[in-house]
Amino acid sequence: MPRMKAGETREIQFRLNGREVTVRVAPRDLMHDVLRHRLGATGTHVGCEHGVCGACTVQVNGAPARSCLMLAGQADGQDIRTVEDLCDGADLSPIQAAFRDNFALQCGFCTAGILMSLDALFARDPDAGETAIRDTLSGHLCRCTGYAPIVRAALQARDSIKGGQTDA
Amino acid sequence: MKPAAFDYLAPADLKEALTALAEAGEDGRILAGGQSLVPMLNMRLARPGLLVDVSRLPELGRIEERRDVIRIGAGVRQVTVERRGDLADMLPLVAQAMPWVGHEQLRSRGTICGSLAHADPSAELPLCLKALGGSVTLQRGRKSRTLSADEFFIGMMFTAVAPGEMIVSVDFPKREAGAGYAFRELARRAGDFAIVGCAAIAHAGGAARLTVAGVADTPQALDLPSGSADWDERINDFAWSLGARDDLHATARYRRMLVRRLGRATLEEAMSCRA
Ligand SMILES: Cc1cc2nc3c(=O)[nH]c(=O)nc-3n(C[C@H](O)[C@H](O)[C@H](O)COP(=O)(O)OP(=O)(O)OC[C@H]3O[C@@H](n4cnc5c(N)ncnc54)[C@H](O)[C@@H]3O)c2cc1C
Ligand code: FES
Ligand code: FES
Repeated sequence: MPRMKAGETREIQFRLNGREVTVRVAPRDLMHDVLRHRLGATGTHVGCEHGVCGACTVQVNGAPARSCLMLAGQADGQDIRTVEDLCDGADLSPIQAAFRDNFALQCGFCTAGILMSLDALFARDPDAGETAIRDTLSGHLCRCTGYAPIVRAALQARDSIKGGQTDA
Repeated sequence: MKPAAFDYLAPADLKEALTALAEAGEDGRILAGGQSLVPMLNMRLARPGLLVDVSRLPELGRIEERRDVIRIGAGVRQVTVERRGDLADMLPLVAQAMPWVGHEQLRSRGTICGSLAHADPSAELPLCLKALGGSVTLQRGRKSRTLSADEFFIGMMFTAVAPGEMIVSVDFPKREAGAGYAFRELARRAGDFAIVGCAAIAHAGGAARLTVAGVADTPQALDLPSGSADWDERINDFAWSLGARDDLHATARYRRMLVRRLGRATLEEAMSCRA
């Protein structure tokens, strides 16, 4: 791709939740802003904008990553997944259902990012134990729940995914 | 908090990257995983005129096994090294340190060489480079040079990389026969930068090396001869020699204490796992 001047915009294309999308971006556009403001995918939240809080976590080619530390141009040709892709119509995914059952969210600001990290973890390791779950959660800040209900929800979600149920 | 405007280049190959960097000089900057650079852009602590994105260059994405070393290209992400089982065996110290490098959500994009280039005094990978006696290969235009950890790390977040120059790869020496390796660190929370990080290598013959991050501006090593009874004294002198300072996270005294206690514990662990 030829050099993009600071003021220039260019069309990029990537997969968002299984669908090809095309969007015009400038070099300095951050991924979360393009998702939220240009593509209307407002499920991804933005807290600190420097990688610390985890609220903006999405999946890039299946791996959890901070959308606030990604230039939108870097998404060109990649496969991006956001929280909008978890549920099937009105049916919550097993992880979402487990969060509701266990009161694992209060204000919900941190939730989208945590769900995307846990979803990636269980896809990679369906048997992930509590240590691995806590390690993944260490990349997220939650100011409401005290984390214990989140860990319980994650354990329940893991078991229900393995059991093939949609609700535990 | 949004970055100031900059030009952006996703070069097709290494040559294009090097040409653009050399032309831009002081104004150009490499973008690798972005896990340290993008926060600095967002906070406007960095305002480069041009970003050269090298994270997807095929020439830089390789991990090569050579006779004595593993060579890791500048595009290789941390998670790739972390998840390769065979590397854990060949690079035991790096494998032990890797889970401590920030969080999984950062290692998915952060590169090995980007961490070296960032040269945070607490960072785990610079510590491994120094402990193992590895080297970094830099290139500017068609000229390349290879530097040891001591030549490469100059100060806090300050390296020998010159304007227009970039790291193309790092060499980490492979496991030494009969040696034991251990890594430990203390941080406030999992994934935070270390207050003190320790790497220990126990050689087959009984000698050992303790390397410490988070105390001096760059990682520092202490070589301990085999069969001497005064290790504690030597480690204490070493702890004092590092010029520890008080900061928001810990006092100088606490850091010296960690060098003594955590350092000793890491050495003992390395000795106990000698193959
Ligand atoms: C919340 C948080 C916690 C973190 N915790 C830790 C931690 O505990 N330990 C730790 O070690 N790190 C930590 N990091 C930093 C992280 O490890 C970064 O991934 C790493 O420091 C930089 O790698 P990168 O590939 O993302 O580089 P980038 O962010 O892309 O670049 C970093 C710097 O290096 C330069 N650079 C990159 N590649 C090259 C190259 N090939 N040649 C020349 N210059 C280059 C860039 O120009 C820039 O100045 C943390 C980061 C965050 C946001
Ligand atoms: S907004 Fe991205 S980590 Fe906080
Ligand atoms: S539910 Fe409020 S921050 Fe986690």
